[in-house]
Amino acid sequence: MKNIQVIVGLGSCGIAAGANKVYDKILALKTLDKLNFDLKKTSCIGMCFREPLVEIIDEDGSYLYGNIDENKAVDLIEYHVKNGEPIKELVVKSDLFETPDKNFFEGQVKIALRNCGMIDPEKVEEYEARGGYKALRMIADMKIPQTEIIQKMIDSGLRGRGGGGFSTGMKWKFANANKSNEKYIICNADEGDPGAFMDRSLLEGDPHAVIEGMIIGAYTIGATAGVIYCRAEYPLAIKRLNIALEQARKKGFLGKNILGIEGFNLDIYVKEGAGAFVCGEETALIASVEGERGMPRKRPPFPAESGLWRKPTNINNVETFANVPWIIYNGSQEYAKYGTEKSKGTKVFALTGKINNGGLVEVPMGITIKEIIYKLGGGIQGGKKFKAVQLGGPSGGCIPEYLSNTIVDYDSVNATGAIMGSGGMVVMDETTCMVDMARFFLDFTQKESCGKCTFCRIGTKRMLEILTRITEGEGRESDVATLEELAYQIKDSSLCGLGQTAPNPVLTTLKYFKDEFVAHILEKKCPAKSCKKLLTYEVHKKNCTGCTVCAKNCPVNAIEGERKQLHFIKQDICIKCGVCFTKCKFNAITLS
Amino acid sequence: MFYKTYFRQFTILLFLIFTVKIYKKQLINMRIKRLLSKENEAIANADVNLDLLNPLIEKYKNKKGNIIPLLQGTQTMFGYIPKAAFEKIANETGLKISDMYGVATFYSQFRLNPVGKHVIKVCHGTACHVQNAGSITDSLKEALKVNDGGTTEDGLFTLESVACLGCCSLAPVMMIGDNTYGKLTSTQSVKVIKEIRLKENN
Repeated sequence: MKNIQVIVGLGSCGIAAGANKVYDKILALKTLDKLNFDLKKTSCIGMCFREPLVEIIDEDGSYLYGNIDENKAVDLIEYHVKNGEPIKELVVKSDLFETPDKNFFEGQVKIALRNCGMIDPEKVEEYEARGGYKALRMIADMKIPQTEIIQKMIDSGLRGRGGGGFSTGMKWKFANANKSNEKYIICNADEGDPGAFMDRSLLEGDPHAVIEGMIIGAYTIGATAGVIYCRAEYPLAIKRLNIALEQARKKGFLGKNILGIEGFNLDIYVKEGAGAFVCGEETALIASVEGERGMPRKRPPFPAESGLWRKPTNINNVETFANVPWIIYNGSQEYAKYGTEKSKGTKVFALTGKINNGGLVEVPMGITIKEIIYKLGGGIQGGKKFKAVQLGGPSGGCIPEYLSNTIVDYDSVNATGAIMGSGGMVVMDETTCMVDMARFFLDFTQKESCGKCTFCRIGTKRMLEILTRITEGEGRESDVATLEELAYQIKDSSLCGLGQTAPNPVLTTLKYFKDEFVAHILEKKCPAKSCKKLLTYEVHKKNCTGCTVCAKNCPVNAIEGERKQLHFIKQDICIKCGVCFTKCKFNAITLS
Repeated sequence: MFYKTYFRQFTILLFLIFTVKIYKKQLINMRIKRLLSKENEAIANADVNLDLLNPLIEKYKNKKGNIIPLLQGTQTMFGYIPKAAFEKIANETGLKISDMYGVATFYSQFRLNPVGKHVIKVCHGTACHVQNAGSITDSLKEALKVNDGGTTEDGLFTLESVACLGCCSLAPVMMIGDNTYGKLTSTQSVKVIKEIRLKENN
């Protein structure tokens, strides 16, 4: 039992699934039986669909166990740790034998996520043991000049991973060129896209990689202070960032004359965002750091010239920074090996929605959407038909099934009308209504519009009203044309990215799923049977046996009927949740 | 000659700008007062110990960009931002109430009213939406007899819709306190509420 390590995945998703209880249970067993094994913590490994995850490493190799609860944890300790007998049925990944989930890891290339799920994010030693801070040390030891680092970044072809896709090297070049006694470097960790969580996983799983990237960036542009602007909704990420920053200060990676580089002084602090999607836009983010309402400012002047406190400022996304140390240490050629001609390297995607293997994957650019969904993602839940995938969140669009051979790189995705965005990939099946999806995203952007530009503030509201009307069966024939007209006007007349991209979900659904709009407007029908106002649930007279299951399960008591008698649904109370439909064993509830 | 006309125009312009400025300032003040009193009617006399704010004010006083951390700190302390706290911070730091109120109403994190003992956060991120989070909120609204964002009469529950709780693979999800409930159906969600209520009543 000597060399056994038991590692529990304690990312936010794991904790939500009950990983803390599993950890406490194992800890209790360890102390109770005075067992001699190493109990460690790590963060998200990406397999969210198998959380909570426990990895046991013994002399033979590594076994990753999935869906572990407290009872299974007891079994693991009893059989595997005490007796050395792995429970193969529960293993989801192992180097020693094949598992059903092996496809999830095949085809992945982990650069940004290189340490996630491998190290304890609260221990800097573990980060260093896996090559952490070596890139920074290399710069200090070899006295690599700033221009050389900029050239390296340009050569690597790394483009902003927050969604903009602007060359990181060029951005650094501009910030470097502006002379000032004060300069700032900001890490944009205001991940607001509902359905993307790669930044959170990175910050929770490998905060030092982001910090090292920032320090290298700060050295390159000559920054004197750094800010990590993180969503307040990510308390665990903020906690781990603060621990990591404290460790970096103690180790001398932050402070005065860092690693002996004369005159290189830097400190970084975490600034908590307060919940505004628009603050992901860089000028709005700067306003928010300054303590104001997060409203975008006019560009030019660009932040590289006049940003935070009117000083030259460079802003990059979390994932971008996490790539930097790897590129510096392994060389730009090594990074540029992956990807397509114009989009180099790898990209992290958050796979969610109606997909079997929901989680976090990092794939080289150039892989097709189909491969991601069917190979890594394991296909659609319940064997249903794949309809579309939503890329880029509220700023992006839906790519239909027939375009699923599109490769993921900035330009190919843009050509479909969607955008790469931060990498949220929401998979939709035949039961998802595309009109409702468009309404959902517009509802989001309408609420999040800061109100500065009239077209964005009022235009999105009008579009939302039209879409809501359509999903409620009150659409008019002229609505599609009005939606398109409004969409283009909003795109043309908004100052920042939020407004310029807000109509994208509507435009792409109109482009690829016009028939659904037509069905809603002309036939007053929802083909996906999802828009509630267009549905009625009824009891089928012949099939109903009067078993009372539907009545018992109805959350609003809208179903009445005596035992062994025909039941009926009170349409005025029914909230159309569909519970009766799924609970009925006799197909006696019909949907029309 | 030319110089004279120019000078006259200039003085008229100055005068105009000045009057508009004064008028505007009054208007803004009026509007904020009206909003403030409306928002805080229910809690005008809420019992809060404002002395708790002293260390926070001490820490952030005279620092640039301090409005958000001040408000965040206040909210952590009281669960919301009481009207009296705005006034105290304004008096002691020299910040304008209008600026603070502007920030507090801009960001979704800040609350101007007290919340229930249990805050139910129903996730409405994209993944949860696709998995029918709407029906969870609908049945909770029905069960609790409150609207989205409202607090029950007994002050036990506040129902909130939030953007993304970040456990998309468990969708649809709701969070009550530190507990996350995943893969929910509307019936299950109502059951959870009933159980909590039962525990509270005993």
